[in-house]
Amino acid sequence: MMRLPRFRYFAPTSVKEALRIRAGEGESAAFVAGGTDLYPNMKRRQQTPKTVIGLSRIPSLARLRAGADGLRIGSAVPLSEIENHRKARRLFPALVHAVSEISTPPLRNMGTLGGNVLLDTRCNYYDQNYEWRQAIDFCMKKDGTVCWVAPGSPKCLAVQSADSVPILIALRARAVLASPGGEREIPLEELYANDGIRYLTKRPDELLTEIRIPPPDGWTASYRKLRRRGAFDFPVLAVGAAVRREGDRVAESRILLGAVASAPVRASRAEAVLAGRPLDGASIREASEAAAVVSRPMDNTDFSFLWRKEMTGQWVGMALGDLSRGG
Amino acid sequence: MARRREKLPPDRSKALVAMTVNGERVEAPFEPHKTMLEVLREDLALTGTKHGCELGECGTCAVLLDGKPVLSCLVLGLECEGRSVETVEGMAGPEGLHPLQKAFADLGAAQCGYCTPGFLLTAKALLEENPRPTLPEIRQALAGNLCRCTGYVKIFEAVELAAAWLRGEAAEPRKESLYGYDFDESGLLPSHPGPVGAVLAAAREAAVDEGGDKPRPYRAKAR
Amino acid sequence: MSSRRPTRIVGRPFTRVDGAAKVTGQTKFADDLALPRMLHCKLLRAKVAHARILAIDVSKALAAPGVVAVATGRDLPVPFGILPVSQDEHALCPDRVRYVGDPVAAIAATSEDAAFDALDLVRVEYEPLPPVGTIEEGLAPAAVPIHDHGDQGNIHKLVAMQFGDVDEGFARADRVYDNTYFYEGNTHLALEQHASVADFGPDGKLTLWSSTQTPHYVHRALAKVLGMPASRIRVIATPNGGGFGGKSDVFNHEIVVAHLSRVTGRPVKICLTREEVFYCHRGRHPTLMRVRTGVKKDGAITALHFQTALDGGGYGSYGVASTYYTGALQTVTYRVPTYRFEGARVFTNKPPCGPKRGHGTPQPRFALEAELDRIACDLGLDPAAIRREHLQPANSLTANYLRVGSMGLGACIDKVVAASGWKKRRGKLPFGRGLGIACSSYLTGAGLPIYWNQMPQSGVQLKVDRGGGVTVFCGSTEIGQGSDTILAAIVAEILGIDPLDIRLVTGDTDLTPVDLGSYSSRVTLMTGNAAIQAAERARELIAGAVAKKLELPPERIGFAEGRVFDVENPEKGMTFPEAAVAGESLHGTLGTVGHYRPPPSAGRYRGAGVGPSPAYSYSAAVVEVEVDPETGIYAVPKIWIAHDVGKCINAALVMGQVEGSVYMGLGEAMMEEMAYRTDANRNVVHKFPSVLEYKSPTTLEMPEVETFLVEDPDPNGPYGAKEVGQGPLLPIPPAVANAVYDAVGVRVDEVPVTPEKVRRALKAKAQGKPARVGPERFPAVPYPEPIHVRTPEEGGDGKAEDAPVTAAGGVR
Ligand SMILES: Cc1cc2nc3c(=O)[nH]c(=O)nc-3n(C[C@H](O)[C@H](O)[C@H](O)COP(=O)(O)OP(=O)(O)OC[C@H]3O[C@@H](n4cnc5c(N)ncnc54)[C@H](O)[C@@H]3O)c2cc1C
Ligand code: SF4
Ligand code: FES
Ligand code: FES
Repeated sequence: MMRLPRFRYFAPTSVKEALRIRAGEGESAAFVAGGTDLYPNMKRRQQTPKTVIGLSRIPSLARLRAGADGLRIGSAVPLSEIENHRKARRLFPALVHAVSEISTPPLRNMGTLGGNVLLDTRCNYYDQNYEWRQAIDFCMKKDGTVCWVAPGSPKCLAVQSADSVPILIALRARAVLASPGGEREIPLEELYANDGIRYLTKRPDELLTEIRIPPPDGWTASYRKLRRRGAFDFPVLAVGAAVRREGDRVAESRILLGAVASAPVRASRAEAVLAGRPLDGASIREASEAAAVVSRPMDNTDFSFLWRKEMTGQWVGMALGDLSRGG
Repeated sequence: MARRREKLPPDRSKALVAMTVNGERVEAPFEPHKTMLEVLREDLALTGTKHGCELGECGTCAVLLDGKPVLSCLVLGLECEGRSVETVEGMAGPEGLHPLQKAFADLGAAQCGYCTPGFLLTAKALLEENPRPTLPEIRQALAGNLCRCTGYVKIFEAVELAAAWLRGEAAEPRKESLYGYDFDESGLLPSHPGPVGAVLAAAREAAVDEGGDKPRPYRAKAR
Repeated sequence: MSSRRPTRIVGRPFTRVDGAAKVTGQTKFADDLALPRMLHCKLLRAKVAHARILAIDVSKALAAPGVVAVATGRDLPVPFGILPVSQDEHALCPDRVRYVGDPVAAIAATSEDAAFDALDLVRVEYEPLPPVGTIEEGLAPAAVPIHDHGDQGNIHKLVAMQFGDVDEGFARADRVYDNTYFYEGNTHLALEQHASVADFGPDGKLTLWSSTQTPHYVHRALAKVLGMPASRIRVIATPNGGGFGGKSDVFNHEIVVAHLSRVTGRPVKICLTREEVFYCHRGRHPTLMRVRTGVKKDGAITALHFQTALDGGGYGSYGVASTYYTGALQTVTYRVPTYRFEGARVFTNKPPCGPKRGHGTPQPRFALEAELDRIACDLGLDPAAIRREHLQPANSLTANYLRVGSMGLGACIDKVVAASGWKKRRGKLPFGRGLGIACSSYLTGAGLPIYWNQMPQSGVQLKVDRGGGVTVFCGSTEIGQGSDTILAAIVAEILGIDPLDIRLVTGDTDLTPVDLGSYSSRVTLMTGNAAIQAAERARELIAGAVAKKLELPPERIGFAEGRVFDVENPEKGMTFPEAAVAGESLHGTLGTVGHYRPPPSAGRYRGAGVGPSPAYSYSAAVVEVEVDPETGIYAVPKIWIAHDVGKCINAALVMGQVEGSVYMGLGEAMMEEMAYRTDANRNVVHKFPSVLEYKSPTTLEMPEVETFLVEDPDPNGPYGAKEVGQGPLLPIPPAVANAVYDAVGVRVDEVPVTPEKVRRALKAKAQGKPARVGPERFPAVPYPEPIHVRTPEEGGDGKAEDAPVTAAGGVR
């Protein structure tokens, strides 16, 4: 039986209390929401916090509200609640679809949106038991010095693998971070850095309290995920795309690639291709080709990375195709 | 829901946690780093909940937490304070097996039976929410439970059958799911007590056919 | 088949006898057991693929809190292995480790946490040796061979045999085909992780509860390694949470916990983690194959030449048998008048391969069925017809002396061809959609036990008590296949009682007569026949007593519906319990026995022990696919399968076995893979030993399955029954590959058929290259000169010419 290492557990009932405990415990403490990322990592000894601060009893983090200013999702809202939320389904069907593609139904009753947004980067040299990692002499992300995916690489290339992230960024979501010093709100894309180890720009003592998505305002969106099976599997390539049209022309677009780098990748060239043009076969083809250029998957997930690279254009095309039909 | 905050002592000392398990209030002492899976199996002796990975990757350990399926291998025992847990041991009532249990047993949806508790509980939650699920809905709801024995076919059929029973319909298993298509039943005698005469007549036929009085290794009389 | 005896219980889809326990969580699997004062064991496993052990220091671990005992290879020096010819394993490696995961030390502690924590305190000093990662490397000369047994260097086993004049067969052919295929390794992934509990009592007796398919073999190995009389050891096979062949070896941990219990005087338990289960493995051998086929224009085979090279992993396991199996069953489906088989198994520094559902035969079956599809397409013949028209006849001897009894493959093909609309749809669906067909056959129990002996392969004892209770004792083990239910059905049929009234005691070496175990699909046939014998003997005793009481001749006594009565006048009679009292009054305590020994094999050449079986099951499948040519991704919406099971003992169980086999075959066909990292600069490690990355199809991938049960009773089977647990897996992988060809015109000659491969083949085709993905060549293997056996048609007697023949023809 894979078991958790020992740790001290706190179950604060307010954000303030959580932050205070975190301040007291310091670097060796971790927040936990659903635990579906943290606990497997702890069982595999990838992460060994001495203190775990549970967020499930903080009512303010469990709130999901739709209003004139869009959708506000507390960081500890379970994924299945988003799936079943009437307004969310109507306003942001692409987000709900992305969430419903995360792992499995029981896991979505546990995992939260905040946990998903902050999901550790993944790599099949890293997401392994302690013994296995010992057998390959560990790697840079935990206990070692080399990156086995690309031994010459100065940085870790572990993969951004959260389904909600590309589509949330495409939807112009913002993240609210709380710390003892106060609260700040940033565009979600600014939360990420293209480094498998320091993949978040947030300070470790900052607590993610909320994700805010502005009202659609003419934007439509689509999410497409590539994986081997219809359940369980993380994305090994993902596309979150959103467009705003004026007449039949694309006024603005946001195209995000997931699982091809350590951070979500914005396909700006592809967005530029679409600007001012109708979403038709030709523009979609060109945009897909442009997006594929920036896709650089590494050999550390399921499927061959060359094929994943080749599929990028296909997937972008599929997502844009959804928009051309559904818009 | 309990509102007070825990500050639990480190290391070996145990936490005393109150929760409801299968409808009964229990106060269980266990080490604070234990998952619900371990608490159920090791501290409450409820070994009906199984495990196949302990990492959230198979669904074998599914239980209901406040009525919703969760993976007990990733739920901290402490997190269940004040909450209600249902395991396979809690499914059958004084009236006997839960219809899902009966359907699984009747159709052979439990082969080795190892994945069965997880499937039963996940299916129970489904039927409580959706009494008339379509096959695609059943597939979706059970997509987080792996079974290596059955190919899921009998499991789907059992969920459909139990759903019908729960709706109060007098459903029976489809013949094709028990015998396959075009099955030749001519070699079978009636097995359920029908009119006594018919049963006994059939019995007589069989007995006469068998005859013989010496113990002998059986040889089919086909050729 | 008109004179088949009608049955009342046999054949019915009644509820399995262990069903209620399984749906209520009451079935006790090995890890569900807990004994007072029980210790928990963890194994320290090698982190290097190949190395000498220079030193092990356990002193720190022994001093760690909670640790009660530590064991190393020195404590258990006696080797063991499932086959008498490959006694090459140790409970803990004494001086050499052969794969990442090979256990070197064991810790027993008061909790699993304490044992885990202490693992890190054991110091092992290794001298690394060059690791062998692939079949090609295994064939190359070895500086330090992985084992000092085997045929040469790292080649564990070489086999070569020829039946009939193969050269003449090729000369007679209108066309000769020559292709190479590869079948990747995969594993059982039973959801239950292996677990064992050992309890060495103060009386000097040892009890081991273990999730094993083969308690008898574990019993023998424990006696050998622990140096204890077998009579003081009791092995109880707990119900297995899935087996599929993965629990049919003797495993290190089973011996280790027994030893630790003996040392500590306390019960000791181990439950492996999923990662460790991947290291136990014993799954499908990765196999390279070269197939040369001579055919006439009508598709009749004139000669078949089959070469295989198996990646065996670090130990022998069942490997010698597996090697023979890659050549054994090619002859029982279609007529193969002349046949040459050459096989080789190499050692590599990976977890050992062994028997997985279909043991050694899905690989060659894939190659043969893909080959036939090619041939049919090349000759412009219908792939279904080319099979249907050249079947090996029923009641015949094959070129390699396998005795085919009942043979329902023709009927199976007819069913799936009709149901799938094959004639109208194959080759005529729009680009991207296609149908593929494949067939197969499998053993109903191996003809020979794995260690040579004259004793029965299966025994049953039956007790009738004066309360009318019937208890059946049998060494067979319930691994989910329903063996308990089969026993109950057969005894209930004969004694005219309800199967649920029968108590079963199985898989316990103290209480039950030997049954060799739940492998090679042997249980229904062998224990079934033994149960029939025991039950008929009991019936005989009771009928005699009742006849006396009713003053009738015993032939007039019938048994049905819980009554024993006069068949001429059914109202006259008594209840079964009353009949039992009559029986016991007349004869004394009622107990009977039955046993089964398979018929001797017809072949008398060396290697003839692998392949013979009392009966062969047959299956045919049609698979439909939808391929996206832009990505190579494909879906399988529907599968039609027909299986000749001889006779259903319980139709619902048969259905479950067919569907489960289809599932597992589909997993192998589409995605399952035991992949390794063999980057020489580092290590040879399993690529990702987890349930998440070992892709097992979910509810969403499982297609609709339309099943047809064909009953062509075999005289050797109980009521005519043949196997069902493995055979229906075999046609699925080739049928998938053949369907992909029908859909998009490319051949993937490799299992699994992944989207990447389909896409690569399509690109090759677009570039005008051969529209295929698969191994480019077959390696040079130093096969020996084959033994020559004249075929039955050539007037052979089953013996090899100018070659030594062992008395039993067995593999030993
Ligand atoms: C088998 C399996 C399959 C999976 N498949 C998918 C998949 O297909 N797609 C996918 O996207 N994910 C997948 N996941 C990952 C994970 O389950 C989900 O991402 C889930 O949403 C994580 O949420 P959580 O609440 O459980 O996270 P947790 O484990 O609770 O937290 C994740 C991380 O975020 C930190 N954290 C959590 N909340 C906060 C907060 N409010 N403030 C600061 N830090 C915080 C934690 O310290 C931890 O480091 C899978 C996981 C498993 C085990
Ligand atoms: S990308 Fe490199 S450093 Fe990062 S986890 Fe993988 S192997 Fe380790
Ligand atoms: S044991 Fe596999 S998901 Fe919990
Ligand atoms: S019945 Fe064995 S795993 Fe499902």
